[in-house]
Amino acid sequence: MPVPQTSDSVADSAVTARAVPGPAALFRGFARVGLSGFGGVLPWARRLLVETERWLTAEEFNVLLGLCQFLPGPNVINLAVAVGVRCCGWRGAVAGVLGLMTGPFLIALLLGLLYARYGEIPAVQSMLYGVTLVGAGLIIATGIRMGINVKQRAVYLPFAAAAFIALVVLHWPLPVVMIGGAVLTVSLSWWQLARQARVVRT
Amino acid sequence: MSLLLDLFISFFLVAFVSFGGASAVIPEFYRIVVTEHGWMDARVFTELFAIAQAAPGPNVLIVTLIGQHVDGWQGALAATVGMCLPMSLVVGLLFKHWDRLQDWRGRAAIQLGVAPLAVGLVLASGTLIAHSAMPGWAGISLVVLTVWLSLRSRLHPLWLILLGAVFGFTGLV
Repeated sequence: MPVPQTSDSVADSAVTARAVPGPAALFRGFARVGLSGFGGVLPWARRLLVETERWLTAEEFNVLLGLCQFLPGPNVINLAVAVGVRCCGWRGAVAGVLGLMTGPFLIALLLGLLYARYGEIPAVQSMLYGVTLVGAGLIIATGIRMGINVKQRAVYLPFAAAAFIALVVLHWPLPVVMIGGAVLTVSLSWWQLARQARVVRT
Repeated sequence: MSLLLDLFISFFLVAFVSFGGASAVIPEFYRIVVTEHGWMDARVFTELFAIAQAAPGPNVLIVTLIGQHVDGWQGALAATVGMCLPMSLVVGLLFKHWDRLQDWRGRAAIQLGVAPLAVGLVLASGTLIAHSAMPGWAGISLVVLTVWLSLRSRLHPLWLILLGAVFGFTGLV
């Protein structure tokens, strides 16, 4: 099963978005995305939105995704809301999220029931232990990929390291780290952007 | 009823600081459901995490599994809606008025400033999850191998998850 890539290509950006889907089409489209995504659904969302259905251009997708990733909350659900609301208001947002979540939600319930029944079997526990370690590794890899994409790495990656140490070594509460950290980093980026704007004007 | 409300409110509050998505705040889920409320032990928590990784769909499904373990399908629904609703409303409002925000400097500043924190949060999350599974050297090697394979090869994550299950089953880790 080939994985569609999230990076954009010249060929994609030449394609213009045309169709504006209704709630039913949004529901069906996002339902396909939700069920095809093992280990992350974002690449599949891109394939649907940009390549198959052409509801967005590659550029629009990158902007929307960038925003949905920097906002808190489940990224793909944010994306479904953003696309839905742009297409047909709140009805579109609800249709997109329900489409995305209904199938995986029911499958999760089924797996939960199987776990409640067979979870005590030692072989099952050993398999899940191995999967936990791989899952942790996948999340660390995602973090590294996100770190490579941070702009002005020399300035901002020390903040990433500080947040990591505060959470892992010092065990500070997460809301404190995130809200305190955001006040610092956003003030810095605001000041940088304000200075750039002044330089451009003079 | 109060259990459902507890689930809903707990995840509703975490949603506001879940920069980097659901997988970034898994240690916070752990703190709430294992340490604070004692709804499950550490082993069950890591096993539910493993199931969520192996299941199709968004990684927010760990919340669904936690909710179900605590209070059946109603718990699953309360926890999932609690986690998804707050930012869905914010994103919906934001994008309805998107054109007006396009040139606002605050938007660019937030985008630039929040990204590194999300990186720290996601890396911390992966590290703390691995730590909570209490791996030996073999287990730590599997985590490192996964990171390396995930960054260096174009292998589908599902293959890596399968690899983890095989390693676990055969007792290699």
